[in-house]
Amino acid sequence: MRPPSSVIAGNSISIGTTGSAAATFYLIGPASSIKRSVDLGKDIPIVANNIQSAGNYVAIVCASSCTSSEFFVSAAQPSSLTLLVHPSRAPVAQKDVISAVALNFDEFHNLAMTPAGVDFHLSAQGVPPISRAVESKGGISWFRMSSGKSAGPLQVVASIDGVSTRRVVEEVASDPCNLRIKGQRTAKSISVETDPIRDCAGNPVPDGTVVTFTARDGDQVSTVDAPVKKDVARAEIDAKGPVTISAASGVVMGNELRMSGQ
Amino acid sequence: MRRALSLVIIIVVVTAALLFLGLRSSNGSNGIVGVASGAALTGFSSSSATPQQATNNFLLDVQRRNWGHAFSSIDRKNAALTQQDFVDEWMGANGGLRSYSSLERFDVRPLHATDSDAQMRAHLHWTTPVGPVDDVRDFHLTRADGQWKVVWDETPPPNEPAQVIPVNYLRWDLVTGNAAGAQWGSRNVDAPHVRIVSMNAVNSEEGSVVMGEVVNEDTIPAFVNVHATLVDASGNPIDDESSFDKILHILLPKQVSPYRIDFPNVSLDKVKNVRMDVKATLVPASSDPVIGVMNQKLDNDAQGHSVLRGDLLNEGGQVVNIPHVIVSFYDNSGKVVWVSDGYVEKALLPQESEPFAVELPKSLAGKVHNFHVVVNQYSSQTA
Repeated sequence: MRPPSSVIAGNSISIGTTGSAAATFYLIGPASSIKRSVDLGKDIPIVANNIQSAGNYVAIVCASSCTSSEFFVSAAQPSSLTLLVHPSRAPVAQKDVISAVALNFDEFHNLAMTPAGVDFHLSAQGVPPISRAVESKGGISWFRMSSGKSAGPLQVVASIDGVSTRRVVEEVASDPCNLRIKGQRTAKSISVETDPIRDCAGNPVPDGTVVTFTARDGDQVSTVDAPVKKDVARAEIDAKGPVTISAASGVVMGNELRMSGQ
Repeated sequence: MRRALSLVIIIVVVTAALLFLGLRSSNGSNGIVGVASGAALTGFSSSSATPQQATNNFLLDVQRRNWGHAFSSIDRKNAALTQQDFVDEWMGANGGLRSYSSLERFDVRPLHATDSDAQMRAHLHWTTPVGPVDDVRDFHLTRADGQWKVVWDETPPPNEPAQVIPVNYLRWDLVTGNAAGAQWGSRNVDAPHVRIVSMNAVNSEEGSVVMGEVVNEDTIPAFVNVHATLVDASGNPIDDESSFDKILHILLPKQVSPYRIDFPNVSLDKVKNVRMDVKATLVPASSDPVIGVMNQKLDNDAQGHSVLRGDLLNEGGQVVNIPHVIVSFYDNSGKVVWVSDGYVEKALLPQESEPFAVELPKSLAGKVHNFHVVVNQYSSQTA
């Protein structure tokens, strides 16, 4: 038997044979196998459908005895890209926090192992887009990047030979920075609120971020875990005597506020 | 014929005697729950010739939910108090924990007594859906016409008109869209990023306890559970447990919760290593109601136990049926030395407050330098 030296997935081939007897032909591939009666001395045609999966194939011909030959089917040209971007939410201004991995597949879902250039294109609102060309190794191309300074969606597009895939990473505000509070006495309690809370890059922290207000009056303590809403957290603290009020969110502490008694 | 008649008479007399003795027994240990309200069988109640008998009779009526008789037996100091107010005081309202509880037993001891008045202390043991709850209540009794009566000077709740409370709270919903036909990896959402910030394992009277704090470092709410596995010197697991109800399961962004995992009957001496695992899931959540924890103070209760007292103030517009207080106690180096919890038996109404008390082991009372209180809440209405 004389199989072709290089075979591309999804292309028809012929396997030449020698001899002059009737025989049985077997083709065993990574995802399928076929059996057929053939005449030795004639080429054995194999249609494209039978060699769509990339990998090692074994061709066997049995007449009075069996002979076999192996050949390798390579993936066709990439026709689709699978793009994995991690994480789906990334805090701003973090080094190497975003990773993108692209896998090239041909039309038969074989991983296209041939080195190929993949273009990664990153765009976010308010900043110039960034492009990076990465050559795939073993069908995979990847890169890491730091998150930007502004919160918002970051669009990652990977493309190869006119095929592209898009993913979106949500860049979110980092830990609060410079937490400041102000307060005033009302008829029933002390109304206390923060200034607009932003991270160190100036992004407003997400709604729902918990700010803990603590009021100390001697050995007596009052606390309220208040969520941020529209950049500001507010709480009512029930205290009649002089108190010292502080605020904290995560690991960040704010200023202290001294309120005199009623 | 005569023998049969005698037998019938004997049976009737013995039955009547047993009935009489049964109804007179007033030790409170085998109360019947669910007797209909009203002054049923009043003629069979014991006399209240002593403060002890009067308190026992009163609590037995409460235990049997014989509200009519209990209400008529007290010495009311406030004429505005209705029987419903009295029942609500004992059985709770608005879906609070007390509404689902039963008085299992009680022990009454005298504190002080003269010819005309007495002070009695009752240890009340309630069965509740979250486990047994012990309560201590002092009763003042006075004597009139040879009978002792429990003085009831509780003020009935103010009869306020319905209020409209504006609420404007945050809420997170999960929107998954139509995943059919979506490309692989196109809809991946990471689980919230949650971190254990401290862990401490100690021996207690009941066994080993693993405790600490966990923080939601993400920008979205998280449903959190902490697991611990105790490992012996040869690397084999001894036991594994989760934090169950001793944690604030839903954490908003940057929120910190204590956790405590109990390993009853496992001595820490056998433990070489503790494997910790925190699991976080993305869930819909609401930031309402905000519950303030006011006037927190370490104190001693009537029995000399160290307790952290305070008041919960519902700053939202939603009824909190069962408030649950979880406290982490720190030593002077900021290490979590104990985590305690306690359920508040009354529902927390909007803009109102309820007291709470959480016990601290006596051995730790001197070590505690600071504390952090969080409030878990169970509400029948969804926000």
